Amino acid sequence: MFTQRHLLGIESLSPQDITEILDLADHYAKHNLKQNKHLDVLSGLTQINMFFENSTRTQASFEIAGKRLGADVMNMSMQASSIKKGETLIDTALTLNAMHPDLLVVRHPHSGAVKLLAEKVNCAVLNAGDGRHEHPTQALLDALTIRRSKGRLHRLTIAICGDIAHSRVARSNIFLLGKMENRIRLIGPKTLMPSGVDKLGVEVTDNMAEGLKDVDVVMMLRLQRERMDGGFIPSEREYYHRWGLDPTKLANAKPDAIVMHPGPMNRGVEIDGTLADDINRSVIQEQVEMGVAVRMAVMELLARNLRKSKEEATTC
Amino acid sequence: MLTLTNACIIDPEAGTETLGAVRIEDGLISEILPASTEGIDCKGKYIAPGIIDIGVKIGEPGERHKESFRTAGLAAAAGGVTTMVTRPDTTPAIDTPEILDFFRRRAADASPVNVLPMAALTKGREGTEMAEIGFLQDAGAVAFTDADRPVTNPKILQRILTYASASNALVIAHVQEPVLSNGACVTSGPFATKQGLPAVSPIAERIQLERDMALVEMTGAKYHADQITCAAALPVLERAKAIGLNVTAGVSIHHLTLNEFDVEDYRTFFKVKPPLRSEDDRLAVVQAVADGLIDIISSMHTPQDEESKRLPYEEAASGAVGLQTMLPALMQLVHGGHMDLPTLFRAISLNPAKLLGLKNGRMSAGAPADLILFDPDAPFVMDRFKLLSKSKNTPFDGRRMQGKVLKTFVAGNQVF
Repeated sequence: MFTQRHLLGIESLSPQDITEILDLADHYAKHNLKQNKHLDVLSGLTQINMFFENSTRTQASFEIAGKRLGADVMNMSMQASSIKKGETLIDTALTLNAMHPDLLVVRHPHSGAVKLLAEKVNCAVLNAGDGRHEHPTQALLDALTIRRSKGRLHRLTIAICGDIAHSRVARSNIFLLGKMENRIRLIGPKTLMPSGVDKLGVEVTDNMAEGLKDVDVVMMLRLQRERMDGGFIPSEREYYHRWGLDPTKLANAKPDAIVMHPGPMNRGVEIDGTLADDINRSVIQEQVEMGVAVRMAVMELLARNLRKSKEEATTC
Repeated sequence: MLTLTNACIIDPEAGTETLGAVRIEDGLISEILPASTEGIDCKGKYIAPGIIDIGVKIGEPGERHKESFRTAGLAAAAGGVTTMVTRPDTTPAIDTPEILDFFRRRAADASPVNVLPMAALTKGREGTEMAEIGFLQDAGAVAFTDADRPVTNPKILQRILTYASASNALVIAHVQEPVLSNGACVTSGPFATKQGLPAVSPIAERIQLERDMALVEMTGAKYHADQITCAAALPVLERAKAIGLNVTAGVSIHHLTLNEFDVEDYRTFFKVKPPLRSEDDRLAVVQAVADGLIDIISSMHTPQDEESKRLPYEEAASGAVGLQTMLPALMQLVHGGHMDLPTLFRAISLNPAKLLGLKNGRMSAGAPADLILFDPDAPFVMDRFKLLSKSKNTPFDGRRMQGKVLKTFVAGNQVF
């Protein structure tokens, strides 16, 4: 049973935890198709979304998830607030803690910052992305999308392509898919392959055609131009030519291989626009849909653990 | 006159450990005797020359809330460090004879152990204009360094080395290629990748050392590399020594006893400069010390307050305190069979003394009586709040260690 107080990363989860989260998320995915989506699971709880880094889709997804479960949701855009006045992360955490939130959803540009914050607060903390470290709910929603499409989440061959070096999504997916016993191939230019990544139980190649051979799932990553501090690739057109996903390269994969992308997409840089819109191959829209369901599931489980620990604290 | 008898005397010069007595007169060692019936009975514990620690950061001027001469001096005395060779990376930097003079007077007033100051190599440690090397030498600077900032421009460094060699000034450099190292806080590899932290390859150290060795070969300057921390840099050092360059190298206690995995979940007390290396690198560097290729071990004492460490790993300040943890940390290498005690004291007492032209660091008549009496086996659990430094940022907190300083003498006077 999932017993953790926070969701800081995939690395600390067991395969059973992952399955439990996905099963519950599956339930919410069905629920989200109903006319009346409102539930009372988180009724009375306060959820604060604290984003130290720009985000539209993840923040919206967490907000909708919280509201559907009946939580009081508040969004704080930290870029515009006290951080600019020189307040440290810990002070911000303590200030918020004094307002007694129950769920804190945090995104931060530095790896490890969400964990640091979690050490200082009493509520449950959800990592919505920390630096290049982890983005656990993205990996979970990817896993749910794969499981629904392929009927299973083990013994699949999955290619993760593109900018691995700057991607927290890639790291979380490597941990998750590895734990569920899948074969993982990382494909991308060597300059965007972090050093020693081959020791994390994956195959590494810089050749798209070779790497995509017979894969069940193709995960494309966004080229994170804003995180690059030097020339990693000569030009976007050369990148697209060699590593951008188009129908020709995709032909190497299994005929029923699905195409995924965490968004936002750079059309014509890492993925062909028409391919991204092809409803027979692309599950990109479904990923967004599963995002809400997975976040509802995670928040319910964390709220359950939070209640339990509070009950234990009052009984003893 | 004072006699310390029934002690195991470590002589790093001769490479011996022998039972005997040490007689101290007028602040100097007057005689080493096989035995003595009078004096203090040391009960078979070890006497060695006091540690000469090159690269100690003291918070004065500018950051006295992190460390003062008094607290650093007390920590040094308790840690067996009898001479602190201090860094100029203060605020402002120690780059004029006037600031150096202030610094020396504060040191003399407040520190129970010897303080020998280093001065900045360039004005404001900015790497653009040479500091007044001559005046600073006259004012008592024992070496010149920009601490953790390498001089980026090779033309400027070449001129400085040329100028310094004419006045036989010792230049100490931080050998990390600055462009590659910029923003990095861990060593590249599987650990850095898993934690998603900005990383630098150890090749940055080799590149910078190669460049500096070429310039030393060209100018004939007297040069010391502050910290050699990886296997990739060792052949460069070996070659420089083989062709007779006036070059020595150091390493910190942290790079000898910890590796990159100790950072674990973003523990900022393990953030040092250069970042902790792989276990293979650590072992290579330990071996290089045992072989004498790396000459000197320093604590690289860098006090940081809680505020500057309680931040996300990338933003947190670098450095760890080391004056008081140095000896027990290094005892780990002795107990682990990597080196014997005379070899260790060659690296922490004799070689630093030789590099700075001091008579200390020796166990012979006429040498200053800067001595420590210690028990290399005494076990304890490190508690950072018991450290005497004002800042408590040690990575060894909670660690089981061995090795305790029992007494410290500076010029024959007991300071601990």
